[in-house]
Amino acid sequence: MTGVRVLVGTSKGAFVLASDGRRKQWEVSGPFFGGWEIYHLKGSPADPDRLYASQSSGWSGQVIQRSDDGGQSWEPVGNKFSYDGTPGTHQWYDGTPHPWEFARVWHLEPSLDDPDTVYAGAEDAALFRSADGGDTWHELPGLREHRSGPSWQPGAGGMCLHTILLDASAPGRMFAAISAAGAFRSDDAGATWRPVNRGLQSEGIPDPDAEVGHCVHRIAMHPSRPDVLFMQKHWDVMRSDDGGDSWHEISGNLPTDFGFPIDVHAHEPDTIYVVPITSDAEHYPPEGKLRVYRSRTGGNEWEPLTNGLPQQHCYHNVLRDAMAVDSLDSCGVYFGTTGGQVYGSADAGDTWAPIVSDLPRVLSVEVQTLP
Amino acid sequence: MIRVVLPSHLRTLARVDGEVELEVPGQVTQGAVLDALEVRYPVLRGTIRHQDGGRRRAFIRFFACEQDLSHEPPDAPLPEPVATGAEPYLIVGAMAGG
Repeated sequence: MTGVRVLVGTSKGAFVLASDGRRKQWEVSGPFFGGWEIYHLKGSPADPDRLYASQSSGWSGQVIQRSDDGGQSWEPVGNKFSYDGTPGTHQWYDGTPHPWEFARVWHLEPSLDDPDTVYAGAEDAALFRSADGGDTWHELPGLREHRSGPSWQPGAGGMCLHTILLDASAPGRMFAAISAAGAFRSDDAGATWRPVNRGLQSEGIPDPDAEVGHCVHRIAMHPSRPDVLFMQKHWDVMRSDDGGDSWHEISGNLPTDFGFPIDVHAHEPDTIYVVPITSDAEHYPPEGKLRVYRSRTGGNEWEPLTNGLPQQHCYHNVLRDAMAVDSLDSCGVYFGTTGGQVYGSADAGDTWAPIVSDLPRVLSVEVQTLP
Repeated sequence: MIRVVLPSHLRTLARVDGEVELEVPGQVTQGAVLDALEVRYPVLRGTIRHQDGGRRRAFIRFFACEQDLSHEPPDAPLPEPVATGAEPYLIVGAMAGG
């Protein structure tokens, strides 16, 4: 029976939330890897039973887990992430050179057509690839070795490669985003990269429209229209209509254009979602009201979605990888908060209900739509 | 037989209960014990020592016989009671909240 599987990574383990197509009753399983930070887990588009999870801790570093039964059981696979060659330095917070050091995997992006191929976005920023189901990992060094690399600097959460987008219509084209370096595009399967940040304006860097140095929080794409990209930047919600070559602002009537996640409706490429956050200093919703904002016009005109969401005394954040959509006929939208709630909407955001309310801090939310 | 006590999160990861017992060929050093541990439980590679160069992870400590051996060189012999199995070799996660 058609259903959905919501994969939740938290600061103390992973959880799997499963439901049928009605999305009313949920079966909650977990925690998996209890006590460990699960920055991200995601299923293969080519095989929904193949899942990958990034498991890490400040004590014991990085572990990658793989499931071949939809998350019921897991096996640790390879965890050796070595930068290619001598990695050199990037900028530290104070502008001094700092050695490139692997800390963790923020994001796992399985290939669109091969369950054994998966990409990993790392902190310190680098892109790794495995072609054997995660057993071995090899860096695609062209990104980190871009001539601008020595000038990249970390955002508050670390210098993380947090977004990987694969373009199904143009094999070899992929996008990556790094805090706080910006967005990058490859047209040759990750061998070479170029910054795609023209049009971004960022305070807090010496040159506000520099080629790199922008704190991009998240990029989203609808697979049917891959040249159109949506971006939640540190401040500003942005759109590109030319594959990242240029960007323009679409913040419009948002109450604040600071935030972390951004996502696109599964069936309406011009319907997008953000969660406005008060400011870079106050990482909680304005006025203590948790509101998802939806634009049905590809930006600029936004409507608050509040039905079922707390409208007073809510001071949680929604992190960059903690929103996802399913592809059922009525698009489901899901997000998790730093307060441990996972909310779901089975009607494209018109109404919401908590699926779970007391998980650890939610780091990531992904959804699988099951046949 | 060398007795090794892992921190709980690594026991879970390695799927072991209680102490681990290892045969360590040759001289019983920290490096030799950790090598033998990682051969027996490959999943522990990278979780105690960095995979590149074998440096101890910052928040992992090594104790035995009421001594802190964290900063001893990897080729230094472990105390005789550890080598004979009378005392365990303790791999400990530093107390650091969380």
